[in-house]
Amino acid sequence: MNSTPQTEFWRGVRDTFPLIVGAIPFGIIFGTLSESGGLSLWGALAFSAIVFAGSAQFIALGMVSAGATWPVIVLTTFVVNLRHLLYSTTLLQQVRHLPQRWRIPLAFWLTDETFAVAVRHYAEPSPIIHKHWYYLGSALIMYFNWQLCTMIGIFFGRVMPGLEEWGLDFAMSATFIGIVVPYLKNRPMITAAIVASGLG
Amino acid sequence: MNEFLLVGGMFLVTFLVRYLPFGLAGSLQIPEPLERALRYVPVAVLMAIVSPAVLIPQGDSVQFSWQNPHLLGACAAFLAGWWKNNLLLTIVVGMAVFFISRFLIGGF
Repeated sequence: MNSTPQTEFWRGVRDTFPLIVGAIPFGIIFGTLSESGGLSLWGALAFSAIVFAGSAQFIALGMVSAGATWPVIVLTTFVVNLRHLLYSTTLLQQVRHLPQRWRIPLAFWLTDETFAVAVRHYAEPSPIIHKHWYYLGSALIMYFNWQLCTMIGIFFGRVMPGLEEWGLDFAMSATFIGIVVPYLKNRPMITAAIVASGLG
Repeated sequence: MNEFLLVGGMFLVTFLVRYLPFGLAGSLQIPEPLERALRYVPVAVLMAIVSPAVLIPQGDSVQFSWQNPHLLGACAAFLAGWWKNNLLLTIVVGMAVFFISRFLIGGF
């Protein structure tokens, strides 16, 4: 098959679908909890639109409702998101030929989910020429879905009180387990997972 | 709480770790031991996020019991992931077991 920017883009969108399934309830529950957690409507929308980091948003929301100060929350966000440093270091070889107008948005949209699908696609033997369009497709569908789900959650949170009792937050755990399992191929990695679980 | 500073700060640190390697591109050379250590960061951080969510679902006490739907769902997701390396299957099986056991145990 001849790959064009367009076919690559839509393949990226399609391959990200399984991860969207996990992200939908996760985004909705974030929006739902944002008000009771103590964020304003604009604060909740800005979290998703500007920060765009699901698990960090959740942890920050929990800290806001617990009364933490903003520098402490920012520092925690840094630690929680440090794993992205590995993601972007891993993908560096694949994007270094691209101009900054590509690298800046691709970096902004880098998530666990997009990394998980992009790194597999880059590992395929096909030519690299249009693969950044695949990355872009994955990134944009994640971003679009996240904004939409946040808004749906904010709306439902106001009209359907008690939605946070449904346990939709489990979607985050299931998604992260799905991302972690492929890494658990050797003893040190499994040890790291177990130790981190104990410390967490 | 100053939301403007909070969102601005969170954006800066998040974008920084995502962009730093991309931005420096050629000039950044991560030493091999650091790179090896970094390889463990995603697994460690993701598991440190998952384990309290699964084992302390109410946020007060550890529930290491078969009556904890979060734990059952997580075990099912792990097994599904090991059985077939399929992301959608892992997520769907995990969520299905979570919701079914929650319903049976009477969490609703």
